[in-house]
Amino acid sequence: MSLADSVLSGNRLALARLLTQIENETPEGRAALEELFPKTGRAHLVGVTGAPGTGKSSLVNQLARHYRNPPSGVEARRVGIIAVDPSSPFSGGAILGDRVRMRDLAGDAGVFIRSMASRGSLGGLAHTTSGMVQALDAAGYEVILIETVGAGQAEVDIARLAHTTLVVEAPGLGDEIQAIKAGILEIADILVVNKADRPGVENTERALRNMLQLAHPVQRSSFHHGILPTADESFPAKSESIAWQTPVLRSVATEGIGISQVAEEIARHRRFLEESGGWTRREQARLGAELDALLQSALVSRWKSSITQDKYQAVVQQVVERRLSPWRAVTILLDGDRR
Amino acid sequence: MSDRKIRVLVAKPGLDGHDRGAKVVARALRDAGMEVIYTGLRQTPEMIAEAALQEDVDVVGLSILSGAHMALLPRVLELLKMNQQEHIKVFVGGIIPDEDVPRLLEMGVVGVYGPGTLTDQIISDIQRTVGGNADSEN
Repeated sequence: MSLADSVLSGNRLALARLLTQIENETPEGRAALEELFPKTGRAHLVGVTGAPGTGKSSLVNQLARHYRNPPSGVEARRVGIIAVDPSSPFSGGAILGDRVRMRDLAGDAGVFIRSMASRGSLGGLAHTTSGMVQALDAAGYEVILIETVGAGQAEVDIARLAHTTLVVEAPGLGDEIQAIKAGILEIADILVVNKADRPGVENTERALRNMLQLAHPVQRSSFHHGILPTADESFPAKSESIAWQTPVLRSVATEGIGISQVAEEIARHRRFLEESGGWTRREQARLGAELDALLQSALVSRWKSSITQDKYQAVVQQVVERRLSPWRAVTILLDGDRR
Repeated sequence: MSDRKIRVLVAKPGLDGHDRGAKVVARALRDAGMEVIYTGLRQTPEMIAEAALQEDVDVVGLSILSGAHMALLPRVLELLKMNQQEHIKVFVGGIIPDEDVPRLLEMGVVGVYGPGTLTDQIISDIQRTVGGNADSEN
């Protein structure tokens, strides 16, 4: 039985090993992903980001519990969780501590939690997170929660990967306006003010709502997550004029307060995406971007293997000596010197 | 292909709440370039084995100051075996009487670290016992 087949048959050890292969970018990992790729595309990918100390892990824990023990009439769903923490730029090591907040999920075979270090990636997600998500998707996890620290440009990465992005804030973490980065409003589908039992929650909520009101509704519906719609207009939004209004919710994750509302909004966002054609556009943008990145990297390595280091360095030297402009250098490298 | 990182699960099984040692070790392992999945206090052997499986770790480090090591360690080792994860190297630190050490090593524990152990010792032991597997594992 291949590794991919073992994963599809529900073998959790095989899944764990596959995730390691994917993370280490081995040929075995790539081959298994190749086999599994046709089985991906069913899971709802939910990104959870926010500054450290906002309670993201506790929120993820509670959401997972909700999906596993939903209100009557709703089916329980299998939940995958990927928690990404930064690697130390000095040692390359990492402390991955998000499981500490997820003890309630222990012993539940319908939950799979995997911790990842960012391994040098600056965007908050690891380079290989998207592949790991595909493995969990193919393995049958229906909701995949991807948790990452919202530092630097992390928001861009998570918005590109997830269908629905939750941004978690908490009161009292500093000056309310400063604490709310502009990027967050671009990417947040749902804003959650966690630790809502703390003083200052009204200020935080008000500041968020005020900043949301400044965002132009038409712009938001066309430029979902800052990604331009594709030139192919064969997937017109059925209700393009009805933009998604980002809700601002309150929660106290450690006490389970506000969780069902968050889950409802996540479900409502999924329905919105499906009805507006946004789900398909999301998939196109996401997979298109992934394909582009792979293409670029493959093209550059193929080209590099077609030229000798000496020839390349000679051209670089000419640029350094100002005898050649960089643009002319590229033409010479790619097309040969036609002088 | 990226550098193969050593992944270590650090856990405190049982009921004792003194986690300073575990945190010191976790930080030292991070500074040595390892990825440490820190699971915190009051872990049951079942939780430890489940985490070791999902995280596909190379090493499990247990911190036990409660004296319950002779009950907890066999159970953890048994569960790792049941999950087909016998290759995982298990280390234990904390308060372990000298007379229990031979029995623990016989059971399959790879290292026992009492108070005063230098973190460098733990790091080099891990690198030595896991390092050799880096290319052949998986």
